[in-house]
Amino acid sequence: VQNELGYLSAEGMAEVASILDLAPSEVQAVSTFYSMYFDHPEGDHHVIVCINVSCGLRGADEIVEHVEKRLGCPSGGTTADRRFTWESTVECLGACGGAPAMQVDHHFHENLTPERVDAILERLGSQPRPGHGDEAIAAPGAAGAERTEAPDAAVGPTPKPRTARSAPRKRPRPDASDL
Amino acid sequence: MAEHRLLTQDFGTEGLQTLAVYQRRGGYQGLREAFRRFTPESLTAEVKESGLRGRGGAGFPTGTKWGFLPKDTFPRYLCCNADESEPGCFKDRLLIDENPHQLIEGLLIAAYALQVNIAFIYIRGEYHDQRLLLERCVDEARAAGLIGDNILGSGFNCDVIVHGGAGAYICGEETALIDSLEGLRGQPRLKPPFPAIKGLYGKPTVVNNVETLANLPHIVQRGGAWFKALGTEKSSGTRLFCCSGHINRPGTYEMEMGTPIGELLEEECGGVWKQRSLKAFQPGGGSMQVLLPEHLALPLDMDAVAQAGSSLGAGAMVFMDETTCLVNVSMRLVDFYQHESCGKCAPCREGTYFESDLMHRLEGGHLTRDELSTLTDICDNMNGKCFCPLGDTATWFVMSAYQAFKDEFEAHCGAGSCPVRAATAELVTA
Repeated sequence: VQNELGYLSAEGMAEVASILDLAPSEVQAVSTFYSMYFDHPEGDHHVIVCINVSCGLRGADEIVEHVEKRLGCPSGGTTADRRFTWESTVECLGACGGAPAMQVDHHFHENLTPERVDAILERLGSQPRPGHGDEAIAAPGAAGAERTEAPDAAVGPTPKPRTARSAPRKRPRPDASDL
Repeated sequence: MAEHRLLTQDFGTEGLQTLAVYQRRGGYQGLREAFRRFTPESLTAEVKESGLRGRGGAGFPTGTKWGFLPKDTFPRYLCCNADESEPGCFKDRLLIDENPHQLIEGLLIAAYALQVNIAFIYIRGEYHDQRLLLERCVDEARAAGLIGDNILGSGFNCDVIVHGGAGAYICGEETALIDSLEGLRGQPRLKPPFPAIKGLYGKPTVVNNVETLANLPHIVQRGGAWFKALGTEKSSGTRLFCCSGHINRPGTYEMEMGTPIGELLEEECGGVWKQRSLKAFQPGGGSMQVLLPEHLALPLDMDAVAQAGSSLGAGAMVFMDETTCLVNVSMRLVDFYQHESCGKCAPCREGTYFESDLMHRLEGGHLTRDELSTLTDICDNMNGKCFCPLGDTATWFVMSAYQAFKDEFEAHCGAGSCPVRAATAELVTA
């Protein structure tokens, strides 16, 4: 449901419940437990800034302050143009060797400085919006080039863009890997 | 004893993530040899002989864990724990990013030893790209007859399923992982029964860490005795140490067990950054007790570090220089545990909340000494009294820091701001 809508709507969860023969409350109980399920529409791009120990020791607070100022909304907020939702998180992202680090649409960005953050957000903000233009260009995969650990670029398929505004399919297909 | 590259030996080889290159580098020979030279029983015995201990944090002997499965109960399941979320830890991500087939080969060797026909890889949701990579590699291995029915003509069948988490530290705890894999909220289960008796779908289940499994192809090919000779008597082999914090070269270094911690810091990490001196370090990730510069002489050995009052845990070394405020670090960690507490048991759910409230007020310099004295009481009511280790470990760092840096904690009381920041301001701006 989230892959289709960008968040878990009450109707979507009810439908999942009926497909799996569960009570809607059981689906909701699971969705509220995990931090990566959203209960309301998010911005086109999701930015998570790590503030756990290793990032904290190397300037994460400065990055958080910078992102907050640049996007003009507090952690957990969405920009007025709905392009970005961002949050600082205590949940270690597992990028401590490249601290301070953040994830944008599931891609790691490491060794951050305010200037690097600006460059990343600038590029994403100037791309055509998902659902409004060429999705291939707007796909978060484009950010992969920024990765500092240089994994094989040909490795994974381009991740599915978060198409918050694309029309939902009539019957969302539950993906076992996402439930 | 120094850096010793076993699991990381082929890292950086172009295209290592593809089956073709992995096989050209000798990949899946371990699995072939496992089928040719071992029965499941003798393979388990070989792993026991190697002295391999779990790399996820608890350090339990892997062969012994395997031996707990009841002899005649089928089906059984194997889960690879790739829910790496320990603060400071990023080795499993590297092992998957750099050499995913090494993990899959290790998983299949373990599955053969355990006579498991379905093996799962539970990977944390934040490792989205790593999940896609593993899925692609599993498909590739399946197409090549390395996963599926009658693998390599051995008569052994095993399928591998990659399952993504959705953001919950607690799912690294093995019974919570099993709950999550079943599609439930990832909350720990009461033990006993242990997963070896009653785990996934009520069947005997083994949960092993990524690094533990990645060792298996090497143990099979070079022998348990060879592995045992590496490292120290009770901590055999090598380990990946994730080094972060105030050092010149943060990164993951594979070291032979027994190497002094100081050597890891100086030789591999390039020492403490900005010519500053070391104030404290954590040897095993966010959960583990703080150690001091005098402990740098300790060997990278699970038992030696345990005797010093901490643990090598998941192998995450976080170094802190002289400008670090231990109250601030404690606050971040306590916040983490408060956020990640699953809410199942009261000591953890309420205790982490109180801890967090207290540490925030202390960090801001707004706590009284009387209130600070309740910290010990809160932690005493959590440690050893929680349902699972999360609640216990939520107290370990903060209590050890409080004991080692009592003056620093007390100086924060009523100070209105951070006294460490004030005292080290000159150093920071220099």
